Amino acid sequence: MARQALNQTKITVLSRSSNESYARVAVAAFAAQLDPTVEELNDLKTAVSEAVTNCIVHAYPDTIGPIYITVSLFEEGLVQIRIRDKGRGIDDVKRAMEPLYTTGGEERAGLGFAVMESFTDKLRVRSTPYKGTTVTMEKVIRCR
Amino acid sequence: MPIRIESDGQTVTAYLSGEIDHHSAVAMRQAIDAHLVGGNATLLIMDFTDVTFMDSSGIGLVMGRYRQIKYNDGELHIQGTSPHIYKVMRIAGLERLAVIEKG
Repeated sequence: MARQALNQTKITVLSRSSNESYARVAVAAFAAQLDPTVEELNDLKTAVSEAVTNCIVHAYPDTIGPIYITVSLFEEGLVQIRIRDKGRGIDDVKRAMEPLYTTGGEERAGLGFAVMESFTDKLRVRSTPYKGTTVTMEKVIRCR
Repeated sequence: MPIRIESDGQTVTAYLSGEIDHHSAVAMRQAIDAHLVGGNATLLIMDFTDVTFMDSSGIGLVMGRYRQIKYNDGELHIQGTSPHIYKVMRIAGLERLAVIEKG
């Protein structure tokens, strides 16, 4: 049975780097209703920042396209963040997720997925070349 | 500009502030490299005291500057890292490249 979200928001931004800050702050502001710790909020912001940056750098390298962000809140403090693009997709998802692997040039550390993985509880990446990529992350906010 | 740099030729100290992400890292990189590339500095100190957020773009920024200072046979020191920033740096194992002073 599909889980029923208690609350949800959808945000669409264009793949401009100036939106990286807006996207992570908007997600954190929505998740704030679960009363997370500062550390949990920083974890969410960092994971979102990585996913959105991937869309800007990799999904739409030469164009500006939409990034669709859905944040859903479930029972017991579960936050699910889905970040989807209609960009060029990833040929080899497994390889792209290897730490330090990057096609982004010298100044990119190749650690985006590694950060998403360690700052959330669950990470799933689905991609179809020339159709786009969907990153789904889940994190449980411990009730205080 | 969210960066202030002091240099005596040998030691370059970069005081970073605000948020470090893919958007903001470019200007920070250019500002630091203007003091490093082609110079004789042998110690780069990156101060994160006033940095409020950092993602893996900050790791790229640190690793790139590490390469620059190593080119001069120099050293990189990192100071003023909050728990959040230290946690991001640990993912990259930056503590193996640089002396990191927390606080």
